[in-house]
Amino acid sequence: MKKLKLFPHTLADLELGESAIIDSFTDKEISIKLLEMGCLPGEIVQLKNIAPFGDPIAISVSGYTLGLRKAEASSVIIKPVR
Amino acid sequence: METSAPDNKPAAKLKVALIGNPNCGKSTLFNILTGLNQSTANFPGATVDKKTGFSKIPSLSGGTVSVEFIDLPGAYSLNAKSLDEKIAVELLQDTSNPHHPDVILFVADASNLKRSMFLATQVIDMSYRKLHPKIPVVIALNMMDVVEKRGMEIESELLSQRLGVPVVPISARVRSGINFLEQTIVSPLEVPQKEIFPKISIEEQNDTRTIERYRIITEIISGCLKIKMKKDEDVFSSNTDKILTHKIWGYLIFIAILLLIFESVFFISAYPMQWIESLFIFFSQWGTDQLPKGELSDLLVNGILAGLSGIVVFVPQIALLFFFIAILEDTGYMARVSFIMDKLMRKFGLNGRSVIPLLSGVACAVPAIMSTRTISNWKERIITIFVTPLMSCSARLPVYTLLIALVVPAERKLGFLNMQGIVLMAMYLIGFLAAIGSAFAMKYILKSKERSFFIMELPPYRSPRWKNVGLMIMDKVKVFLFDAGKVIIAISIILWFLASHGPGDSFSEIEKKYEIISDQTPLSSGRGGEVSGAGEVAAEKLEASYAGRLGKFIEPAIKPLGFDWKVGIALVTSFAAREVFVGTMATIYSVGDESNDQSIRQKMRTEINPETNKPRYTFAVGLSLMLFYAFAMQCMSTLAVVYRETGKLKWPVIQFIYMGLLAYLASFVAYNIFK
Repeated sequence: MKKLKLFPHTLADLELGESAIIDSFTDKEISIKLLEMGCLPGEIVQLKNIAPFGDPIAISVSGYTLGLRKAEASSVIIKPVR
Repeated sequence: METSAPDNKPAAKLKVALIGNPNCGKSTLFNILTGLNQSTANFPGATVDKKTGFSKIPSLSGGTVSVEFIDLPGAYSLNAKSLDEKIAVELLQDTSNPHHPDVILFVADASNLKRSMFLATQVIDMSYRKLHPKIPVVIALNMMDVVEKRGMEIESELLSQRLGVPVVPISARVRSGINFLEQTIVSPLEVPQKEIFPKISIEEQNDTRTIERYRIITEIISGCLKIKMKKDEDVFSSNTDKILTHKIWGYLIFIAILLLIFESVFFISAYPMQWIESLFIFFSQWGTDQLPKGELSDLLVNGILAGLSGIVVFVPQIALLFFFIAILEDTGYMARVSFIMDKLMRKFGLNGRSVIPLLSGVACAVPAIMSTRTISNWKERIITIFVTPLMSCSARLPVYTLLIALVVPAERKLGFLNMQGIVLMAMYLIGFLAAIGSAFAMKYILKSKERSFFIMELPPYRSPRWKNVGLMIMDKVKVFLFDAGKVIIAISIILWFLASHGPGDSFSEIEKKYEIISDQTPLSSGRGGEVSGAGEVAAEKLEASYAGRLGKFIEPAIKPLGFDWKVGIALVTSFAAREVFVGTMATIYSVGDESNDQSIRQKMRTEINPETNKPRYTFAVGLSLMLFYAFAMQCMSTLAVVYRETGKLKWPVIQFIYMGLLAYLASFVAYNIFK
């Protein structure tokens, strides 16, 4: 499981308080749901909260807070904020 | 030109459907627009409630317009997935539906403008492209107070121009802009004149199209949304989250809130429940005294009135439970509970959203099952509905207390722990473990291709809106009284008939026998003799009645569990509702007064089992009976609500059989171990 951690690859790898930009999605079924809820490529996301036991997580995206499971978050590819 | 101009005929009724994202303040607006003139009913063939309300709005041209508002379930897009969302979309598209609206009132969360516009533009496009005739769309731009607080400004006129539909800025919470919104709804409206996102099907699911729609939305709202001064985000919410979702404090606070709720549901509601009971006792005594003796009076007093009291007595508990649930929901705390419980629940085939129904099940399974609608995954929702009745509800409490007092000695262990209290707690724990265990098994049995999701908005914390809380309580109580009530009344009438009638002339013979006895009894035996005589007649009649015969008939089947025919009758009558047990036992043991449970207990305690010459109610029998009540599905109202919520007869039937087998097995094992 240990990856070379240059920059977190997916939303599930973010650390608390860390921000990133949504790049793309790897899961078609989940991406539709997330896109509809405003998780668009290019949007800035920030990891706001992690539930006890490490899952689910809460992110701040386009002005509101969204809770989602790590399994869903790991299908969101992110890139660093410039 | 197609308009929905209301003519000034008094009968003219304008149908307006409210649609919007979850948490956009749609319900608050609906409550303001309709006040108390609202009702909940079922959509035909579906399990989702249709909330409608009425209002009379004075129009500028003089006179008033009657408006029927329809509150549709919240949705994020027209590519509906959950049951709630599908109903909303179908109603909007089905022009032949009698509830099909004349105007769509789209409620947008202005503090979440971009996301709101996603569904809003879909709705506009749908009206333009798919509906014949097209219908006007009005956008209520809600939560403008939040937008102002965040130092932003929205140019609603520019937005209206670009969207081609009227946009009315309002704030439902502080009630601003409501009059203007009402005037806009009843004024002559134009149908949408253009598409926002031309030529592409709304339903088709495709990432690039969703992204494209958002790109167009970004263009539309640019220039409309102005940031006057940058303010920090909702610091209060994120600070509160740090405590309420903390790995230790989060759970401790949650448990503390639960304790508060259950203590209140049990203890505060005990007072109004007592008042209701005494009121019904007063009525039935009055009925017995004043009404002419006969079948009809008996049916009225012992059938309908008794059944009615069994329903009304639960109203305080249901009202209190929903008082707390409404507050937890309205403040945004409920979403956090689901958030911190999701991982645990998932292991058992459930969802974070299953926590609320399971907890509500400790009060009553009926409202608990009604609250499973927020679970969008079919499998998780069915499992939740299926296992919720295993949670020990308040109707089991009188059964437990009677039996525990009967068979568990009131001795203290370790100096302070009362054995009776420990056994009571154990019964609740057993119910919970059975629910969780059954869920775990069902996880592997039920097949579903549908994936499990937990994608849930965590709305900002807000103070509860008391009008919403009050209306929710009223709504739930009404559904309980009228939907479940109908079934309970019907069953009580049947039970009354079975318990008060016997085949042939068996009843008149018993009466004759006792008439001879009472004739022989000298007057000196006084009133007490009469009462016990009447009790004996009642007991003997019960044995000869259809219900008694039924008890005798099923006796061989329940004998391995340690029960006799008398318990058999109670098991049969308890099918209407568990708490009937205490009353039935009281009648069987010829105690006239139901509330006098001291004497039922004593009568039951002193009864001797003719086969063993030992007390009838041993620890083994008591435990076996308690376990039976813990597991068996002896609740008509729950079965009715499961049928209503699943829409299939299959589920209540399977549930009834499964819980019955579980009860039988547990009782059998417990009785044979402790015998």
